Amino acid sequence: MSRHGPVALLALLASFVVAGYAGVRLLSGNPVGVGAWFVGSAVVHDLVLFPLYAGVDAALVALLRRRPALATVAGVPWLNHLRVPAVVSGVLLLVWSPLILRLPTATYLDASGLSVQPFLPRWLAVTAVLFAISAATLAVRVARIRQSAVPRGAGQRGAS
Amino acid sequence: MTMTVLRRWARRVAEHPPPGPFRAGFWRSPLRGPWFTALLGAALLPGITLMFLTGLASYAAYNPNLATGNDTTPDKGLLGSWLPTWPASPSWLYWVIQGVHVTLGLVLIPIVLAKLWSVLPKLFEWPPARSITHLLERASLLLLVGGAVFELVTGVMNIQYFYAWPFSFYQAHYYGAWVFMSAFVVHVGLRLPRMVSALRTRSLRSELRTPLSATTPEEPDPDHLVSPDPAPPTISRRGALGMVTASSLALFGLSVGQTIGGPARSTALLAPRGQDVGDGPADFQVNKTAAAAGIGPVDESWRLELIGPATTAVTSAMSLSRAQLLALPQHTARLSIACVQGWSTGVQTWTGVRLADRAGLVGSPSDARLFVESLQRGGGFGSATLSAGQVGARDALLALRVNGADLTADHGFPARVVVPALPGVHNTKWVTRMTFLPASEALP
Repeated sequence: MSRHGPVALLALLASFVVAGYAGVRLLSGNPVGVGAWFVGSAVVHDLVLFPLYAGVDAALVALLRRRPALATVAGVPWLNHLRVPAVVSGVLLLVWSPLILRLPTATYLDASGLSVQPFLPRWLAVTAVLFAISAATLAVRVARIRQSAVPRGAGQRGAS
Repeated sequence: MTMTVLRRWARRVAEHPPPGPFRAGFWRSPLRGPWFTALLGAALLPGITLMFLTGLASYAAYNPNLATGNDTTPDKGLLGSWLPTWPASPSWLYWVIQGVHVTLGLVLIPIVLAKLWSVLPKLFEWPPARSITHLLERASLLLLVGGAVFELVTGVMNIQYFYAWPFSFYQAHYYGAWVFMSAFVVHVGLRLPRMVSALRTRSLRSELRTPLSATTPEEPDPDHLVSPDPAPPTISRRGALGMVTASSLALFGLSVGQTIGGPARSTALLAPRGQDVGDGPADFQVNKTAAAAGIGPVDESWRLELIGPATTAVTSAMSLSRAQLLALPQHTARLSIACVQGWSTGVQTWTGVRLADRAGLVGSPSDARLFVESLQRGGGFGSATLSAGQVGARDALLALRVNGADLTADHGFPARVVVPALPGVHNTKWVTRMTFLPASEALP
């Protein structure tokens, strides 16, 4: 359907009817509480989480642009060897933060009979393994560059 | 006259966006573009559809239309009063559906985050509305994005028992899903042609062979996703897609073991039910401990109260001690109990009396439903109503023993219900009373 034609308008209106029917039921009980969590979910993502991760990344990229000597190890750029494990570990933290940060201690114990203690050390261990794998990959790339540099002279390779 | 002034004013506003993210030059990633967004959309389209279908099935599995006590959202009306009665076979039905719902939900999180990243400049689109249809579409996008994040946040918090919100999870997650889907369907309807045309602009295969040094921005597009002033790339498209895939795989690999159970459980390092609890007969995952349910020691004086339909002429009520129950014909069933939170106990060997045999004891007709009550004090799910089909299922038990040993307090001693394909919390523990109700009778 065309994005701006009358069909689009009708489709949007029909969708608002369904959303309204469900929304009344969603909000009954605690309109302010549910509304705050619904709108807050989008706001926290768009105006907190996104600026946070994009800002940290932009600062890092800007720093490496200003100081190009810092950006490579033996000619191999390492930025993405930091980004990938940091993003994977960060996503794991984002998803499992209640257990990792030991927030639902009592409800988790009541439900399972178990302690939330293991989750923080486990996340730290997974994070350490991710960074170790990334560092090992970087080391292999550096070694390859050095090897090929001996007979043929230094060559530059792009990151993945 | 006034219209002309207004129109001129509107044009002036449109031509002068506020500084910062409202100006196109603010967004400089060379990876943003319709192809990249469309690829993520193409992954989410089947993923979200499957999430909705498994979620709906999961809701139906509680048999909300069988008895008001089963219904966590009694005002659902058209949003579920038409759902059919949940079957008791195949026995793995709920296990698979709920495992897919929770694990797929986790896997989709990095893709949703990447999709939101790819279209974030559109949030700051200027002017905020160009027409009534455009304004409505943006309002619909608030329901889409708010709904997606709301569903993921409530789901992810619920599987970790982190109840920090001031509302009922069932109500919020179920109605929230309908609000989200209403916006999702119209979004797909409006954008599917654009997704298809954008996917044709590049080949995924050649993009996966393109290193950073050859990564170039997409062609300028009518949707203005492509930056007008792209920065030099710092990661290739395959690198960015690989990062999203790696995040999804990490979430999958570190949680799917809690659904599969058995030796695989130890791989679910970060999932709530990935902890090893030993290898004795009762050493499998518990939902709701005896202590939490307020169950003290249960002694010899315990009796199972069995109540038949009031309409039958034969004996319609009796009480049985545990020794009397153990003296009745015993049936053994190998079943896994699956929880709404996506994990399972793995297959265990349950022994007890068949529910269908209990119905016969009190002269209950074969179409009778069964209302089961627990000794549990307070909290949710202290009782459940089972359908006639579930009561009649071959492996539907009032279990007294598991894996060759008496039930432990945490697993429901002295007796608990175990029914194939039934959501975990409806397998009532610490049973005190079972009431058979014919189809015609009103249900509690």
